[in-house]
Amino acid sequence: MPKSLISIHDFTKEEMLHVLDVAQEFEKNKVQPILRDKVIATLFFEPSTRTRLSFETASNRLGARVIGFSDAGNTSVSKGETLKDTIKMVSNYVDLIIMRHPLEGAARYASEVASVPVINAGDGANQHPSQTMLDLFTIRQTQGRLTDLSINMVGDLKYGRTVHSLLQAMSHFNPNFTFTAPDELKMPQEYKDFLDAKGIPYHETRDLEGSLNDCDILYMTRVQQERFTDPMEYEKVKNTYNLTASMLGGARENMKILHPLPRITEIAQDVDDTKHAYYFKQAENGVYARMAIISYLLGYK
Amino acid sequence: MEKGGKELKVSAIKNGTVLDHIPANQLFKVISILGLKDCANQITFGTNLDSKLLGKKAIIKVADMFFEETEINKVALVAPDTKINIIKDFEVVEKKVLRVPDEITGIVKCANPKCVTNHEPITTKFSTEYENGVLKLHCHYCEKNTGSDNLKIITEN
Repeated sequence: MPKSLISIHDFTKEEMLHVLDVAQEFEKNKVQPILRDKVIATLFFEPSTRTRLSFETASNRLGARVIGFSDAGNTSVSKGETLKDTIKMVSNYVDLIIMRHPLEGAARYASEVASVPVINAGDGANQHPSQTMLDLFTIRQTQGRLTDLSINMVGDLKYGRTVHSLLQAMSHFNPNFTFTAPDELKMPQEYKDFLDAKGIPYHETRDLEGSLNDCDILYMTRVQQERFTDPMEYEKVKNTYNLTASMLGGARENMKILHPLPRITEIAQDVDDTKHAYYFKQAENGVYARMAIISYLLGYK
Repeated sequence: MEKGGKELKVSAIKNGTVLDHIPANQLFKVISILGLKDCANQITFGTNLDSKLLGKKAIIKVADMFFEETEINKVALVAPDTKINIIKDFEVVEKKVLRVPDEITGIVKCANPKCVTNHEPITTKFSTEYENGVLKLHCHYCEKNTGSDNLKIITEN
C-alpha cells in the first residue's frame, strides 16, 4: 500500500517537520514543475471551493495535470456505484488521489483499495490533515519555532475538527493551551484526557477579552451551523465571540490571529488591518503545504 | 461441572465445547457471533435457566467443536463472564477464561451513523480499549468510539 495522508497521526513528528521544510522551500521558489508527467485526481464527493482550489493550485504549480469532479451529482456515484469501484477505476488513471467525502472514514477506506497515494481533503467531521499541516507551517512562520508556544483556541472547540487535529499535532512541541469556548462548545473530555496523559498544561475559560494577552497564537474558529441538529442551540451560541481591533491593545507583540476561514462575525473587519491579522496569509500557505504533501507522498521531496 | 446427583436441564455432550453462565438476554447474540446458525454440528442450548449468579442464565453445548482462541474470545464482547468448558469423553478437561481481543473485524456495527461502514459494503474493523474500566471499540475508519452498551451485532453478512 503506498503512503497516504488520511489522518494527522499518519505522519510522525519527523515527517511533519520534513514536510514543513519542503513547504518553506516551495514558498521561496513557487515554480517547480517536478510533476510534469503526473496526473492527479481531485474527487470532491462534497463541494468545498476553498480546499479544492487550493489543492488544484498546488497540483498545477507542480506541473501536474488535474482531473476530477467538484460534486458527486453528475458522476456514476449517483447511479449507485460503490466507493470502492469509483476509487479502483480512478486509481488506474492517475498517480495520486485527493478526495473529500461527507462520510467519516471514507478516505481511510479509499486508501486501502487504491493502488496510488490518497490525500484526505476532509471526511465529514473526522479529519482534514492538510489543514493541520498548513496551520503548523503558519505557526512556525510567524513565531520562528513550534516549541514552547502559548496557543489560545477560541470558538467551537466541540465540533471543530481543525482544533482537534491541531491540538494533537502541537502535542509534539511542548505547548500550553487556553480553550476559550461557551459551555455548549467546550473541548471534549477525550482531548483533555489526551493532554493530561502527555502532561501538557491547559486552562478553560469563557471570557475572550480576559484570555487575549497571554498567547502567541490566537486560533479563532467559526461556529459551524451545519454541525448543529438543533437550530435553537445554534442561535444561542453563534454570536458568542466578536473580536475587534480595540480588544487587541494588550496583546503580545508577536501574537498572530489564525482562522481556517470562512469567518463570519467572530472577527470584525477592522482586525484585518492590525499587525496581528494573519488568516489570509495562512490561506495562501495552504498552497505551499499542499505542494509539499503531494510531492512528499509521490516520493519527489 | 455438571455430574452425579444433579439433574441436567440440557443434556450432556460426549465431546465438544460448553459455554455456560451466559446472561439469558445475550444468548442469541452469542449464537450469532459464533456463527452457530450455519453450524452443522449437534447443538443444544437452554435459556432462562435459574442461576444463583445471574438470575437467569443460558447455556450452549456444541458437540465435536473446539473453537479457536480468537474465535471464542469474540464472545467477550457481549458476555465477558461466560465460562468455557472443553469436554472430552463427558469430562471437563479444560476451562477457559475469555479475554477481549485487541482487534475486532466484522461482527459489530459502528455506532456512528455517518461512518462509511454504515453506507458502503465494508467489513468493520475496531481496536478495543478500556476507558475507566468500560470497554470501547475504536473504529479504524471513522475514528469514533462505540461503547459496549451500544453494541449492535451484524447478523447477516
